[in-house]
Amino acid sequence: MSEAQKSAREIFLTFTRIGASGFGGVNFWIRRVLVQEKCWITDREYLEGLALGQILPGPNVYNLTVMLGYRFGGVRGAFAASAGLLGAPLAILLVLGVLYQHYGALPVLQRALAGMIAVAAGLLLANALSLAAALPRRLRPWGFLVLAFAGVGVMRWPLLYVMGGLAPFAMAAVWRR
Amino acid sequence: MAPLTQLFWHFLLLGCVAVGGVSTVMPDMYRYVVDENAMVSARQFSDLYALAQAAPGPNALWVTLLGLQAAGWTGALATTLGILVPATAFSLVASTLHARHADAPLALAVRRGLAPVALGFMLASGWLLLHSIGHDWRGYLIALVALLVAIGTRLNPLWLLAAGAVAGMAGLI
Repeated sequence: MSEAQKSAREIFLTFTRIGASGFGGVNFWIRRVLVQEKCWITDREYLEGLALGQILPGPNVYNLTVMLGYRFGGVRGAFAASAGLLGAPLAILLVLGVLYQHYGALPVLQRALAGMIAVAAGLLLANALSLAAALPRRLRPWGFLVLAFAGVGVMRWPLLYVMGGLAPFAMAAVWRR
Repeated sequence: MAPLTQLFWHFLLLGCVAVGGVSTVMPDMYRYVVDENAMVSARQFSDLYALAQAAPGPNALWVTLLGLQAAGWTGALATTLGILVPATAFSLVASTLHARHADAPLALAVRRGLAPVALGFMLASGWLLLHSIGHDWRGYLIALVALLVAIGTRLNPLWLLAAGAVAGMAGLI
């Protein structure tokens, strides 16, 4: 573990690199750069941060980035890491968005995007399935899963209501053990 | 409230409950911008999601594209900040509390208890994406192939998205 503080500039540049090379998953690059190349954190610390990032609301890799930035350089470090991670991707996305507004209705692009939507749905479901494999093989967690899916997916109820209705019971169900 | 302010508040609220990532609250973004306010069409919603998957950076940034399409540059700012402000605040609070370990009782209850709920929401997101391309059997087939490859191999998802684009252009869907 290296507890030495880094400068905001160094943090910004490091996370800029992670954000810009994050094609197909930022997590891979966070580990590659921070654990394997720079040795700023260990694998164990990376995994702990990741687990914590997953229980905080928001994009998991973004939460991890803010927490790591804070650790390397306090509040300034957190904002430097955040700005670094998001800068290049945001610029690219805004260009894509403007291009989409101009050319998105072209038939050939609509067909290409239909294929990409199907793949994106498959990727999302793959992610959900591999996470679901870790759920206990008991009736109750799967019951909550089905209710959550039915509430927002089939009934199209507001997610906040479904969350508010299910979360207390879902958390109480595991609290007792 | 002005529509833009409402958009910001709605995304801010969703940002506060997006445990498990932004794809868990995607069904409610759909409900808000497509079903209730008709700011973007169902198809545009999914187009932008798919497009953002092919860009570098956190996948969650697709909310920026959604905001841009829904209400221009200020819309992009509203949706992006709506998601990032709570995430930043919660992460900073967790950092200052020195919450290094994710096995405190409350953290465990959140993680284990909410995991099935979050997964149900994620499945609903995938369902909505398939819905926007008309629940076509060819769409299901492409999604299934992508799912199997993603689970069975370590192939970069970018190649799958490219293959999907080619399959779409070739008229396979």
